[in-house]
Amino acid sequence: MDEKVYLVLENGEYMEGIPFGAPLKEDVDAEMVFTTAMTGYLEMLTDPSYYGQMVIQTFPLAGNYGMIPSDFESREIHLSALICREWCQNPSNFRSAGTLDFFLKRQNIPGICGVDTRSLTKQIRQYGTMNARLTRKAPPYSDRERKEIQSFRIQNAVSASTCSKVTRYEPCEASKNSSSSLYWDEKFHVAVWDFGAKQNIVRELLKRGCVVTEVPAFADAEEILSLSPDGILLSNGPGDPKENTEIIRQLKKLVSCSIPTFGICLGHQLLALSQGGETEKLKYGHRGANQPVKDLETGQIYMTSQNHGYAVKSASLPENAQVNFLNLNDLTCEGISYTHIPAFSVQFHPEACAGPKDTEFLFDRFLKLMHDNRQKQKEETVCL
Amino acid sequence: MPLNKSLKKIMVIGSGPIVIGQAAEFDYAGTQACRALKEEGLSVVLVNSNPATIMTDSAMADSVYLEPLNTDVLKRIILKEKPDSILSTLGGQTGLTLSMELAREGFLKEHGVTLLGADPETIDKAEDRQLFKDTMEAIGEPVIPSSVTETVQGALSFAKECGYPVIVRPAFTLGGSGGGIASDEKELEEIAENGLRQSPITQILVEKCIAGWKEIEFEVIRDGAGNCITVCSMENFDPVGIHTGDSIVIAPAVTLADREYQMLRSAALNIINAMGIEGGCNCQFALNPESFEYAVIEVNPRVSRSSALASKATGYPIARVAAKIAIGYRLDEIKNEITGKTRACFEPALDYVVVKFPKWPFDKFVYAKRKLGTQMKATGEVMAIGQNFEQALLKAVRGAELSLDSLSMPEMEEKSDQELTDKILAEDDERIFALYEALRRGVSVETLHSMTMVDEWFLYKLKNICRIEEKLKTSSLDHELLLEAKKYGFPDSAIRRLCGKEEIPHIPASYKMVDTCGAEFEAETPYFYAAYDKEDEASSFIDTHRSKKPVVIVLGSGPIRIGQGIEFDYACVHCVWSLKKAGCEVVIINNNPETVSTDFNTADRLYFEPLTPDDVMDVIRIEKPMGVVTAFGGQTAIRLASFLTQKGVPLLGTCADSIDAAEDRGRFEALLEKLNIKRPSGDTATNTQEALCIARRLGYPVLMRPSYVLGGQNMIIAFSDDDIREYMKIILSHEKNNLVLIDKYLMGTELEVDAICDGKDVLIPGIMEHIERAGVHSGDSIAVYPAWNLTREQTDRIVSCSRLLALSLHTKGLINIQYVIHQGELYVIEVNPRASRTVPYISKVTGIPMVDLATRIMLGESLSQMGFLPGLFPAPGYYAVKVPVFSFEKLSGLDTQLGPEMKSTGEVLGIARDRKEALFKGLVSAGYTMAKKGGVLITVRDSDKAEIDSIASKYAELGFSLYATKGTARILRQLGLSVTAINKMAEEGENTKTMLESGKIQYIISTSAKGRTPARDSVKIRRIAVEHGIPCLTSLDTADALADILSQDYHLNNVELVDICRLSSKARV
Repeated sequence: MDEKVYLVLENGEYMEGIPFGAPLKEDVDAEMVFTTAMTGYLEMLTDPSYYGQMVIQTFPLAGNYGMIPSDFESREIHLSALICREWCQNPSNFRSAGTLDFFLKRQNIPGICGVDTRSLTKQIRQYGTMNARLTRKAPPYSDRERKEIQSFRIQNAVSASTCSKVTRYEPCEASKNSSSSLYWDEKFHVAVWDFGAKQNIVRELLKRGCVVTEVPAFADAEEILSLSPDGILLSNGPGDPKENTEIIRQLKKLVSCSIPTFGICLGHQLLALSQGGETEKLKYGHRGANQPVKDLETGQIYMTSQNHGYAVKSASLPENAQVNFLNLNDLTCEGISYTHIPAFSVQFHPEACAGPKDTEFLFDRFLKLMHDNRQKQKEETVCL
Repeated sequence: MPLNKSLKKIMVIGSGPIVIGQAAEFDYAGTQACRALKEEGLSVVLVNSNPATIMTDSAMADSVYLEPLNTDVLKRIILKEKPDSILSTLGGQTGLTLSMELAREGFLKEHGVTLLGADPETIDKAEDRQLFKDTMEAIGEPVIPSSVTETVQGALSFAKECGYPVIVRPAFTLGGSGGGIASDEKELEEIAENGLRQSPITQILVEKCIAGWKEIEFEVIRDGAGNCITVCSMENFDPVGIHTGDSIVIAPAVTLADREYQMLRSAALNIINAMGIEGGCNCQFALNPESFEYAVIEVNPRVSRSSALASKATGYPIARVAAKIAIGYRLDEIKNEITGKTRACFEPALDYVVVKFPKWPFDKFVYAKRKLGTQMKATGEVMAIGQNFEQALLKAVRGAELSLDSLSMPEMEEKSDQELTDKILAEDDERIFALYEALRRGVSVETLHSMTMVDEWFLYKLKNICRIEEKLKTSSLDHELLLEAKKYGFPDSAIRRLCGKEEIPHIPASYKMVDTCGAEFEAETPYFYAAYDKEDEASSFIDTHRSKKPVVIVLGSGPIRIGQGIEFDYACVHCVWSLKKAGCEVVIINNNPETVSTDFNTADRLYFEPLTPDDVMDVIRIEKPMGVVTAFGGQTAIRLASFLTQKGVPLLGTCADSIDAAEDRGRFEALLEKLNIKRPSGDTATNTQEALCIARRLGYPVLMRPSYVLGGQNMIIAFSDDDIREYMKIILSHEKNNLVLIDKYLMGTELEVDAICDGKDVLIPGIMEHIERAGVHSGDSIAVYPAWNLTREQTDRIVSCSRLLALSLHTKGLINIQYVIHQGELYVIEVNPRASRTVPYISKVTGIPMVDLATRIMLGESLSQMGFLPGLFPAPGYYAVKVPVFSFEKLSGLDTQLGPEMKSTGEVLGIARDRKEALFKGLVSAGYTMAKKGGVLITVRDSDKAEIDSIASKYAELGFSLYATKGTARILRQLGLSVTAINKMAEEGENTKTMLESGKIQYIISTSAKGRTPARDSVKIRRIAVEHGIPCLTSLDTADALADILSQDYHLNNVELVDICRLSSKARV
């Protein structure tokens, strides 16, 4: 009970807290980020994009509704540690199968609670994303330790988060009647290139009658083309997009084949990089469920779920790539539509989970793109 | 879509008097809206009959009409002012309904007035039960199986189909009045009948009862371009079945996984889009706790009580944004005032939790039914912010002024297990305290959950409070335990009591900022709440914003309750403004989410904290003020004066000792003796025997009250030994150590004076005369300004007495004095050296900025420096009549007979050059229909029988048929009046009950020697009158005045409409 753990930041600050979740056997170094979402901690914990990060939940009460396996976005927890003010010992929800603490323990992920999460968040806001170390060692901390913390880099994030083999998913015919999709019967085949994909991306496609093949990140363009997909979905994922040089190279090849492509988050960044755009690291990223983005074509504004530390530089984009979604808070690029290829991408998460479902329609847009493309091909065949 | 350039002049309709279900939140909303419009350079015409509001200040709008809220009046104002548009969604249900009537009649179109905010089709979709159901079904949103009916039979046959229990909700009523849950045919018959009667369109909705489901609310905003956001989610501690206004509420929702949360959020957006609302909207959902099944309960297509709460809980100014949307702006064109950097188009992220706790009037109305249900009963609410639920709840409870500093309520501790179970099942206002006691006795969370359906999450949190309480009782108090207790919301007083120590180390609070974004963006909001972290954001905010200005703290007035209403918030806000103008940095501490004072841009800094000694001292430690102002926050603030003085905190204005001198009976009597001013003779009793002796010595009737009074709390006139015994039993059970004051009751004309004193000179803005003789609480009396019955000598005497009293109490600021003229002699009844209920209205009518002057006096200015001459201010040539408004239909079981204990929840004003015209307007504003023919039922107590003749003849002359109970009828017949005698209620044939139900009666004059207990016939008659909406006059003076007005030829198309902005300009000397 009286045991303490410490959170040491790369700027030399530290905070004392109470451990929970898995026992802290050795120090954990990670990039420290915060999310302002007030619900959705299960989706966050299991979102592969948090690989290599320790996450602060700014809402003070974590774990209110316990552990609900059906809400997971992947099989396991990907982040390195959870930082919160208080976790709920007696969660309440009809689906709850245990506490947050139990879940963290089972997944061997440590947590720290009883810390001033607002103060930590403000430090990140001020200094930018920082590395931090979760340790049992009490202060003081030496310069050497600080340097160690500073030197931490998230590495091989995508390869650590992607699936290991190709998996095919079929839509459930029974849900056809409840589906709002216009294109259910077209049975589009979508290759989801998995850079650390959230499961809800696959579910959103299945919900619309698509057949989905999940392809590991290390697959090359030929492998994907050999599946003869109607469309390619470039998934979300962790880390610095620029590190994925091989994927970017394969992607360049792939998109030149004019297959409808939809990029989400990391997928959006990789697509931009493949077309000559550039990315940059944001001061402290966007993580939460309340990010307003504006559709520049319609003027409509949507609340979106976001989780990214990097963004595409709007000014770096070639002429055939147009920014069509903008973040209203900091005016960064939130979406691109390409004029020379049948592709579009968004920085935010239209698949939500957690977060608002305002932009689910983008999946329908993707289906429409595949539909149009199929029509075009048919017409071309007729013409020939 | 920027500002609609065709708009130049906008009419804003307010919500009228404060009643249960429609309170101060609409002053807050209206004020925000007026400001939002004026800063766009638009001209604003405001109509509201409620004088106690900030929104009706002449500075808030270009024209302000304190006129009856009625379509005839509105039409005349529209013709006179020619506004190009009308804003309908910020004045509560009243403003909305009136706007819709004007639109439906085609009047607006005819006169080229655009309806902003909502159109009639939208409103119908939300308010007409069948259309609502159809709309929801069309967009696939589930509703509860229900049936709309105009007959009791229709209700019964639906219930037979869907099964009991069922809920009855009348169409178009406030706060759900007239509804209820029926568990069998017999109950349904009764409730349905009552509901049909209360509905203005005789329509009720009968629906399947889903009591026990979770109740979740979303506040949604949509702009004209279709952009939607949800500002806040809220979860009720009390499941479906208890009105959300009577529920303890937490924000944000806590027991919903993201999946359920997003399901309901999407539904809320779906609804606001389908309805096409442009502005704010409140969606209430019921969620089955064991599945994803949900149902839309209600949609309010306007700014509501919940939106005020959501605004304060998140920092997002809903009313302001709604007003901007109404005039054409898109969400992304409106700045987020809090961060100053981002736009209003985002959803607030909270890094704290908020708890709302209702304030009920049952401490005053001991005979009113406490059971909570679909009809709202709370008069106000408090809000508290904390970093955990326990902390926020405990803050809210101690801020609700229940004489509690924790969840242990002594009455609960005394109950047997069975009594406790009964109490829990009774579903009343004290259920949470009963639950807490049960947990303390070891009853399991599961058991309590199955008894109440309160979510386990909440019950476990209560259990955690039990755990800490137990630890404080049994372990030795070390720093760690103390800090834990503080972090979970225990105040020092509770910790001291629990650990049995007289002294404990004080851990001062640190403060966190409310910034709408969970610290994601830098914010400049000076809006704070107490926490127990190392980092204190208030100090660093003060440091970085340091000005050379002196800091002054103004203490607010806490929750709205009977006796302490919105007028004190009015005074606090004006004080803040004056202090700012005078070059001070102003800090406000208050915990009422409904008010203008807790708007983050009213003061320079806002601390949303309970007004208790501990909580206030912690703020003082951080702010180090030059002075604290307690004079404007009603009894809530005044009560802290002596404590703060003991702590060496400088008070601005009248000192604590003077307040004590006016409140302490011995000192006050000595003072009056010295000044040679009379007061009714009296004495103090501590027990029943003493009380009986004193009463017999003084001679009946006597006036009894506890020594510290608020709104006449527990105050009665005793006519006999029995009354004394009954009263002493009640009062001693409430506050054991309270002294009871017993005074000779003097019948006569009651007068009220508000004065301003600088220590040397005394300015009397006005003398008010009450229509009702002394004995009816001043807050419940019709008050006429200026007094019209006084002789020159009497006026002079009042002026000189008031001057003497103000000066000898060393008043620095406002003072309120109540007098009675009994047999030509002037007696003082009460003196309060602080702001009173009548300040806003006298300020508005005389044009004397009373609070401003009082505030400047506190800072050292004198009346003469400010250009005011001492003495009685000349009346402005207008009469202003304040008429009280009651919420009797919401409080079943409550006797409506007026007496020394205040019962009104709000007030309206009638202004005219002629006294009778002003009274007419006041009465209409207060809801009197002013029927001029029909029947009057008279049943009066023996002591009134001597006077009833002249009044009865007046009604007879007006052409009313007279009906009376046998005793009264005999008297009237003796006087030669033609009267139909009516049987008592218990008797067969045509009796008082059937008579009232027959529709033949337009007015009832009912007085009785005894009242209060619901079992008495007289009380029952008055309750029936309430249920049938028949004006019940319980004072002969009111009945007399009404008859006089009815004999005049006033109607809403010939009375003068007064713009108080034009009235006040000439008042300055």
